Amino acid sequence: MPLKEMFKKRTLTPQEKKQAERIRKAKDTLLEYQVPEGLFQKCSSCGKPVYNEDIIENYYICPYCGSYFRVRPRNRIAMVLDKGTFQEWDERMETSDPLNFPGYKKKLERQKSVTNMDEAVITGKGEIGGKEVVIAVMGADFMMGSMGEVVGEKITRAVERATEMRLPVIIFTCSGGARMQEGIISLMQMAKTSAALRKHDEAGLLYITVLTDPTTGGVTASFAMLGDVILAEPGALVGFAGPRVIEQTIGQKLPEGFQRSEFLLEHGFVDKIVERKNLRKVLNTIIRSCEYEQ
Amino acid sequence: MSSNFTPWERVEISRSPERPTSLDYISTIFDRYMSLHGDRLYGDDKAVVGGLASIGGRAVTVIGQQKGRSTKENIMRNFGMPLPEGYRKSLRLMRQAEKFHRPIILFVDTPGAFCGIEAEEREVGEAIARNLFEMSNMKVPILSIMIGEGGSGGAIAMAVGNEVWSMENATYSVLSPEGFAAILWKDGNRASEAAKVMKITAQDLKELGVVEEVIEEQEPACIDNILEISEKMKGMICDFLERYDKMTPEQIVNQRYERFRKF
Repeated sequence: MPLKEMFKKRTLTPQEKKQAERIRKAKDTLLEYQVPEGLFQKCSSCGKPVYNEDIIENYYICPYCGSYFRVRPRNRIAMVLDKGTFQEWDERMETSDPLNFPGYKKKLERQKSVTNMDEAVITGKGEIGGKEVVIAVMGADFMMGSMGEVVGEKITRAVERATEMRLPVIIFTCSGGARMQEGIISLMQMAKTSAALRKHDEAGLLYITVLTDPTTGGVTASFAMLGDVILAEPGALVGFAGPRVIEQTIGQKLPEGFQRSEFLLEHGFVDKIVERKNLRKVLNTIIRSCEYEQ
Repeated sequence: MSSNFTPWERVEISRSPERPTSLDYISTIFDRYMSLHGDRLYGDDKAVVGGLASIGGRAVTVIGQQKGRSTKENIMRNFGMPLPEGYRKSLRLMRQAEKFHRPIILFVDTPGAFCGIEAEEREVGEAIARNLFEMSNMKVPILSIMIGEGGSGGAIAMAVGNEVWSMENATYSVLSPEGFAAILWKDGNRASEAAKVMKITAQDLKELGVVEEVIEEQEPACIDNILEISEKMKGMICDFLERYDKMTPEQIVNQRYERFRKF
């Protein structure tokens, strides 16, 4: 083909069209759910393809540019807890769909099959360096980690059990905010979870939050900000209003680094930014430092 | 119910500039009111008012989210959208109330917590969370009354009450109907449809158990009928205080915990 024709627009053959459509669909699925398919994943920051094995070995961090991939809750549990100690609680809890919102139940079913999770949080008990802890890990894969009654109930139950068993609570937050499809009942979860944590606090027990990308809305304005110690992953977006909403409201672009972990550290709302490879050790140190004779 | 407005009509009534504000109710319900100011940390947010009041001869703490009526006043009040220091002021006043065994009465009327750079710098999320956390454990009775807009986290931060009441034409929701429609249907113009499915009216909220009492409005509340409404509210508030007088601090805390535990 002559060079000047290479840049001309031309109609695609039916096969080419089909192939383009297939690629587009595959890309959409990958973008939407960040499913690690096959051997490679593309780093969303530097765009380089990275071996899945390398990602896992490197704590889900891009070996080229150091940017953090989001970690799915089960992988997070495997990274943080002592091997084989995790006992899951309250699996397969169902929402009552309080608004009878059209299409919501169907959407949940689809999310369950695609993400292999049954809600946006996994809760349970395990050990870190031989110390028993209650843990809750949220995941952005499932409906953007949004909090509806199941998320609120699982977290509340986990905190209440921790109070009974006199154990520390660690919550990994990751959420777009309240679950819109459950309306006002989602909002009530903020008060419910915070009240359970107040009782846990009253009992003199330790609560650690680890803020991961992204933590926003009703989760920020409830349990995310209530830790005795608040840790954050590097570069995580943490805020109440989302950056796009703020930009629309004030009509100007937000400064670089706004609402990132480092910004919160500077403003005094985070204790420490911890790299993934150090997280287990840091958690263990905090837990040991907060033990005292009853 | 006294009127047959659609949910969207009620949204519009709740936002109307004619609608009485917190200070209108405070000045007509209570025998005495003295404002107190500042969060002792940063500033004094004019979107939140509060102080010492008395009703039926007893001391209470009263706090309200305050909108303005004119544009000028609204700019001063930031359209009733509190900054973090507004929530921190309310918490300071509530702690003071607890210390001196005064019941707490809150008037909720906000489109939402203020959305902007300074709110994030001073972490409005933390301010709201802290209110939820501390209010859940207050040893004195708390009553929250929705008088206009109950906008999301900005509203619940002042609504962890032993009871939550709503005026008939007030709303309380996870997000504005416009925002809801924009997120779920990618179309902010379907707000009136959203208002219907979101269950944001006082009656819907009562059925969901989110509010205990609906305060009737024969005609939408305005300056002409506020005395009548306030008189009725005063009676209801006195009954509330009497009911909770019989409870121990522990019972008050437990009742509030169970109230939110059921959701």
